[in-house]
Amino acid sequence: MEEQKPPAARKSRLIVRLGSFLVSHSAFVSVICCVAGCIALLLLPVLAKNTYVSENALMPGSANPMFSNQDVLEANRFVKDIYEKRILKDGSGMEIARLIGKHMEDVGAEVYYHKFKYRNLRFHPLCFFSSTPRTAVLQNSSACTLNGVSPVGIIRAPRGDGKESVVLVTPYNSENIKLNEALSLGLAYSVFSLLSRVVWLAKDIVWLAADSRYGEYTSVASWLKDYHNPTFSSDSGKIGIEMCFEKTENHVEDESSFDGAAYDDFKRAGTMAAALVVKVTDKERSERDRVDIYAEASNGQMPNLDLINIVHYLAVHRQGLHVRVGTFGFLLNSALLKHVGKTLQRLTRLAESLNPGWKLGVNSADFVEGTATLASSMYYQALGVPTGPHGAFRDFQIDAITMELSPRTSLTNDNGISSFLLRGGRLIEGVIRSVNNLLEKFHQSFFLYFLTAPNKFVSVGVYMIAFALLVAPLPMVAAALFSSTANARSLTAVSNSKPTNSKPVTRSGSWNWLHSAKLVFLVHLWALIVSLLPYFISQVPRTNSTTNMLSWSLSSLLILYLLTRLTKSYVEGYQWEVLKSVMIAAASIGLSLMSIINFSTAQVGSILLVPMCLMVRPLKQPIQVPFFPAALLKILNILLAVVAFPPASLAILKGCLRGFESINIGDFWEWSEFLWVWNSATYLFVALVHLPCWYLCVHILLHN
Amino acid sequence: MTKLRRRFNPTVFLLIIFFFNSVLRPALALVEGGEGLEEEFTEELLLKPLPDRKVLAHFHFQSSAPPSIANGRHHRLFPKAIAQLARKFQIRELELSFTQGRWNYERWGGFDPMSAANAKPPGVELWAAFDLPLNEIDHTWKNLTHALSGLFCASINFLESSAAYSAPSWGFHSNSSKLRYGALPREAVCTENLTPWLKLLPCRDKTGIALLLNRPSIYRSHYHSQRLRLIASEFTGIILEQALTVVLQPTMRSNSLASSGYGFLQPSWSISSLFGKEVVGQCVLAKTSRIFFELEKDLAFKVDKLQPLSSWNTSAFELSGIPNSNIRELNAVKNLGSSVLYVFEVSNSNDHIPLDVGIRWKIPLVWSCPHAPFHMNRYLMGSGNERGSIAISLRSTHLHERFSKASDGCAVHAVIFQVVPWYVKVYYHTLHIFLDGKTQIISDVVRKMKISPSEDKLSPGSMELLLRFPCNIQSATLTLDFDKGFLHIDEYPPDANQGFDIPSALVTFPDFNCSRSYQLDDSIHYKSPLLSKFQEGNPVQTYTEVLLVPLTTPDFSMPYNVITFTCTVLALYFGSMLNVLRRRAGEEERLERTKASEKPGLIPLLLSKLSSKLKIKGKEPESSPSLSTSSSILGPKLLTKVMLVGLLAVIWNYYLKNG
Repeated sequence: MEEQKPPAARKSRLIVRLGSFLVSHSAFVSVICCVAGCIALLLLPVLAKNTYVSENALMPGSANPMFSNQDVLEANRFVKDIYEKRILKDGSGMEIARLIGKHMEDVGAEVYYHKFKYRNLRFHPLCFFSSTPRTAVLQNSSACTLNGVSPVGIIRAPRGDGKESVVLVTPYNSENIKLNEALSLGLAYSVFSLLSRVVWLAKDIVWLAADSRYGEYTSVASWLKDYHNPTFSSDSGKIGIEMCFEKTENHVEDESSFDGAAYDDFKRAGTMAAALVVKVTDKERSERDRVDIYAEASNGQMPNLDLINIVHYLAVHRQGLHVRVGTFGFLLNSALLKHVGKTLQRLTRLAESLNPGWKLGVNSADFVEGTATLASSMYYQALGVPTGPHGAFRDFQIDAITMELSPRTSLTNDNGISSFLLRGGRLIEGVIRSVNNLLEKFHQSFFLYFLTAPNKFVSVGVYMIAFALLVAPLPMVAAALFSSTANARSLTAVSNSKPTNSKPVTRSGSWNWLHSAKLVFLVHLWALIVSLLPYFISQVPRTNSTTNMLSWSLSSLLILYLLTRLTKSYVEGYQWEVLKSVMIAAASIGLSLMSIINFSTAQVGSILLVPMCLMVRPLKQPIQVPFFPAALLKILNILLAVVAFPPASLAILKGCLRGFESINIGDFWEWSEFLWVWNSATYLFVALVHLPCWYLCVHILLHN
Repeated sequence: MTKLRRRFNPTVFLLIIFFFNSVLRPALALVEGGEGLEEEFTEELLLKPLPDRKVLAHFHFQSSAPPSIANGRHHRLFPKAIAQLARKFQIRELELSFTQGRWNYERWGGFDPMSAANAKPPGVELWAAFDLPLNEIDHTWKNLTHALSGLFCASINFLESSAAYSAPSWGFHSNSSKLRYGALPREAVCTENLTPWLKLLPCRDKTGIALLLNRPSIYRSHYHSQRLRLIASEFTGIILEQALTVVLQPTMRSNSLASSGYGFLQPSWSISSLFGKEVVGQCVLAKTSRIFFELEKDLAFKVDKLQPLSSWNTSAFELSGIPNSNIRELNAVKNLGSSVLYVFEVSNSNDHIPLDVGIRWKIPLVWSCPHAPFHMNRYLMGSGNERGSIAISLRSTHLHERFSKASDGCAVHAVIFQVVPWYVKVYYHTLHIFLDGKTQIISDVVRKMKISPSEDKLSPGSMELLLRFPCNIQSATLTLDFDKGFLHIDEYPPDANQGFDIPSALVTFPDFNCSRSYQLDDSIHYKSPLLSKFQEGNPVQTYTEVLLVPLTTPDFSMPYNVITFTCTVLALYFGSMLNVLRRRAGEEERLERTKASEKPGLIPLLLSKLSSKLKIKGKEPESSPSLSTSSSILGPKLLTKVMLVGLLAVIWNYYLKNG
C-alpha cells in the first residue's frame, strides 16, 4: 500500500506525485474507473474478433470425407440392433455393453470393459484443487449389475508409434436406452469402423461407450482416473467380466479366441491429444441439423480455441450444419439490451460519419445475441462447473468438447436421420482427421477466452481491461482513506498539543489500522468456519435442504456471536474509515487471487463487490453534500447491502429467471452443495471473499 | 622400419618376394577352395499367415566374409563399406534397426524366434559391442554413429551425445562393459533408408528375392522393420545379416467382409497380390535362395485335426505352387502340435515360370500365436506439468500352466532394461512393485539391480532390474515417480510442444528360450542361415511402447516480447540507479534557485503552473469533499484547454484525410 508523503516535502518524484494525485482524487477516479469498467464489459461483444484456425497442421476440411452412405447403413443396422436389446428385461445393460464390445472387436479393435463403481461425489473441505489419490483400487462388489460397465475399443494406428490417441466418447444409459443414445452409439460405431479401415491414422483411436446410468460425468471421470493410475484387474478379477457375460453367453466361441482376462485388462493408448464427446439429442427442432458445442470445464477452464474452431469450420463450411454455443435465451428478448444495442449502433454510425476509416459496424441484433452468448459463457465459467462429460478430460489437461447433434426431423424419420447421420459422421471424421494431423499438442490458439458467437471470441487481453478497471480503484480508495485518517489525526494532534510530543501520537495513529485489521481478520476467520460448516451439517442423516440451510445460518450466527463476545476487548477502538480501507485491501487481494484461479468468477464478483466496497459508509454519519446525492448514496448503500448478500442475490437471480414464487429457503444450500460437489472455486470465493466483505460492509453501515 | 628397409639390399627384397609368391600363394588358394572360408551370400524369404488376417513377410539376406587376413582388403560379394566399418571401429557386434509401426505381441506372437529377434521398437535402435580398450569406446561410438548416419541417410548422429546413449552392463544382451545402446524413437523411416540398405546386397533389388521389395507395398505395411546385424571376429570373419520384416494386410474381397458372425474366412493371398511382383529367378550370386511358407503351431495343429498335414493341398487350404519339400518342427510337447515349413526353391523359377507362393483358404480357421509369458505395457500416470510416474505392467498369459501345472516353487525371471532421458528425472528410490495389486517389499522381488541415475545434460538414467516372480501371479506392476525437468531454450527439439519421448523399455525373460529345431529333410542338404538362426534361438524379449511426456515449453513465438520486457526492466533499473547515484539534494536546490532567477521557457512555465495547481489540490482533499475537488479540476480553464486540443485533433485528422 502506498503511503502518502507528508505535504512538507516540497518536491518529490513524478511517480509519487502521480500516485498522490490519484489518491487525492480517488472518489472521482474510482467513479470513472467503475463506470468505464462496466462500459468495457458491455462493449465486449463489440470488441469480439472472428475466430480463425491458428494451427496450420490442423488443415480442417482439406481432405474429402470418406464417410459414405455405406457407413450410414451400418450405423442404422447397429442402432436397430441396440434398440432391440432394450426390450430384454434383465441384464439388458450387460447385453448392450456386450453387443458394443462385439462390434468393436469385429472391426479389429482391441476391446475391454471398464467397470466402475458409483461413488457419490462428496464434499471434503480440504479436497479443493488437490489431485485425486494415486492408487485407486477398484472396490469389490458381488454383482455385475451394481457397477457401471463401459465397453472401450482401441484402434491401433497401423503405422503409428502409439504415443498419442484421440478419444471419442458416447454416453448411453445402459438401463434405459433411448433412441437418441442408440443413435449416438450408431454414429460413433460407424465412424469407428471407418477409422479402422483408413490408412491415414497416426494416432490411436479410443472409443469409450460410457455407461451413464450414474451420470455421464462419473463414468468418464472414473475411466480417466483409471487410465492415469495403475489398475489391478485382478482385484476385481474375482468377478471378471466374463462372469457377467456367463448367463447370456451361449455362443460357440472358439476357446482360444475368447480370453476373459483380456477383456478385463485395462488397455491404454498413450497420451491423449483431444477428446470428443458425441451426443444426439432431440430437444428442439430447427430448420437445419444442428450442433451445440459445450466447452466449459471445471473452474472456468476452456479447451484450446482451435478445437472449437475446427468443429465450427467443418460443421458450417463443409457439412452445412447450424452451430450453436450456450446462450441465455431470456437476454435475447431483453428490451434494455436492445435499447443499448440500438444506441451503440447509432453512436458507431455517428463515429463512422465522422471518420469513414473507422469500420466499427455494430449491429444491434448482433450485439444482443453476442451479449446473451457472452453472458452464458461467462456464467458457466464463473460457476466453475463443467457443462458436460468433457470436463473430466480438462482435469487431465486434455482438450475436449461435447458436441450435441440434433437432427431437424424427428428421430424416427428414416430419411432425415440418414442424412443427419451422414453429416454427423463426416463432421466427426473430419475433426478426428484434423486432430490426427496435429503433430504437436494444441498450443497455438487461446485457452483464456469468452465466446460471443460460435465464430467470435473475446481473448484474455481484451476482457481483462474491464476487470482491471473495476479493481483498480480498490487500492486507491484504500490508500486515500488511510492517508486521510492519518492526516486528520496528525493534524488534530498537532493542533491540540505541542510539536514536541506530536511524534508518539502520530505513531499510534499509524498503527491504528491494526485494530481494524483484527476485526477484519476475525470476520475472515468466521467466514472460514462458515465455509466448513456444510461438511458437518451434511453428515447429519435425513435432512432436507431447508433444514440444512436453517441450521447452517443459525450456527453461523451463533459462531459470529460467540466470536464477537470472546474477542470483544481486542477489537475496539477503530475508525470506520480505517476499517473500510483494510476491508477494501482484503477484498482487492481476494479478487486478484480469484482472478488467477477463475477469472470469470472474479469478474462477476467484482461487479457486485466493488461498488459495495467503495460506496459504503455509516448510515448515521452525516455527509457534507446536498440532500439529494446524500440520500441517493444511502439508498444505494442499503440496496447493495441487500443485493450483495449471497443467498439474497441467488434468490433475486432465480426470481428473475423463473418467477419469484419458485424461491425456496433451501435454494442456497442446494446451490452451494452443487458447487462443492464439483470442487468449484466459486464456493471458496463466495465463502471466503464475498461473505466477509459483505459482513464488514453491513458492519460499517450500522456503525455509529 | 625405414631403417630396416634401408639395410635390406635388393637381393634380399627379391628373395622375400619370391618367398611370398612360392609359399603363400598356394596357401591362399587352398583357403579359397575351402568350403568355410569363401564369401557367401544367401537370400531367403519367410511368409507366414497371421491370425488377424495379415501376412508376415520376413526377408533374410546374409553375407559373410572370411577373416580379413585371408583375402586382404578385397571382397567379391561382401559390401566393402560394412567391412571397412567393422575393421575401423573394431566392432564385435552391431545391430541397427529402422522400424515403423509396432509389433503386436498379442496377435502376432511373442514367443517365437521371429518376434524375439525381429520385433523392434519404433524408430531407430542401435547397439554395438566393440573390441577396444574401455577408454576408447565412447569416442569410437561417436565416430560410428556419424559413419552410420552417413551410410543410411538417417539422423543416427544424434546418438553421439553422451546424453543419448547408455552403457548397459547385463540388462541388455550380454554381460559386457563394451556395449553401447542408443535409441531414437522419433526417427521417421522411409525409402531413403531402404535404398542404402539395398545397396549392400550384391544383386541389390534387381533380381532374386529382393526384387519383391516394391516400395509402395512395403511402406503400406502395418509393421516394417529393416535390420542390419553385424558379427565380426578374427576367427569367423564378418557376418552381415540384413533382415526386413513387414506385416502386410492382404486386400480383402468385399464379400468376405460382409459375412458376419465368427466364421470369417481368412483372406487368400499370394506374393504377387502382396508385393505386386513375382519372383523370377534367384540372384545368381546367392548360394541359396529359398522361400519358406510357415504354418504356426496352433494352425498346423488345427489343420492336422481335420486332415493329416502332409501335402500342400488340404481340406483347409491350398498352396499355389508346389513346394519342394516340407519340414516339421521337432517338438517335445507332442499334443501342442508343431509348426510346418514348406520350402520353395527359387532357383527353379525363371521369367516364364515365375514363383508365386500363395495360399487360398477353404474353410474359416481361427488360431492364435504363441504368447510370451507376460504381456507388457508401459504407460504414464498422473497429470500436470510438474511430475508424473512411469508404470510398467506385466500381465500373465498363463504360459507356465501349459507346461506344468502351477507348483508353488516355480518362478519366472524377468530382466527389465530401461533408459530414460535426463529431462525426465526419475527418482529410483520410489520404485514400487505390486504383485496382483499388493505392494511388495522390493528385496523380495528384485534379485539384482543396476541403476545409473541421470546427470543433467550429460547422461541418461538407466535401470537394469532382474525380477523374480512366482509363476502363478496374474499381474505385476512397477511404478517409478519422476519430475519433469526444464530445458534451456536452445535444447528444445523442433516440435517441442509434441512432448518428449521415453524410448522403449526392453523386458527379457531369460528362462524362456525360443528356439525351433526342425527335422531336416535330406533334400536340404546344405544349411539354411534362417533356419539355423531359428535353431539357435534367443531368449524371449518384449519391447514396450514408447512414451510421450509433455514437458513445459516456453512460448517460442514470443522472444520479441521477452526481449522488450527485459530491455524495459533494464532501462528502468539503470535509469533509477543513475538517478540515485547522480542526484544531490543540495545541488538540486541550488540549481533550482539559479533557474528561478532566470526567465523560464514557455513549456517549463506551463508545466510548473500545472504542477503547482496539482500540488494545491493534493493538499486540499481532507478539507473539502471530493466532489468539490472534481469540480475544481474540471475548471473552465482546463476544460477549454482540453476541448481546444480535441478540436485541434479533429481538424488535424480531417485535414490529413482530405489531403
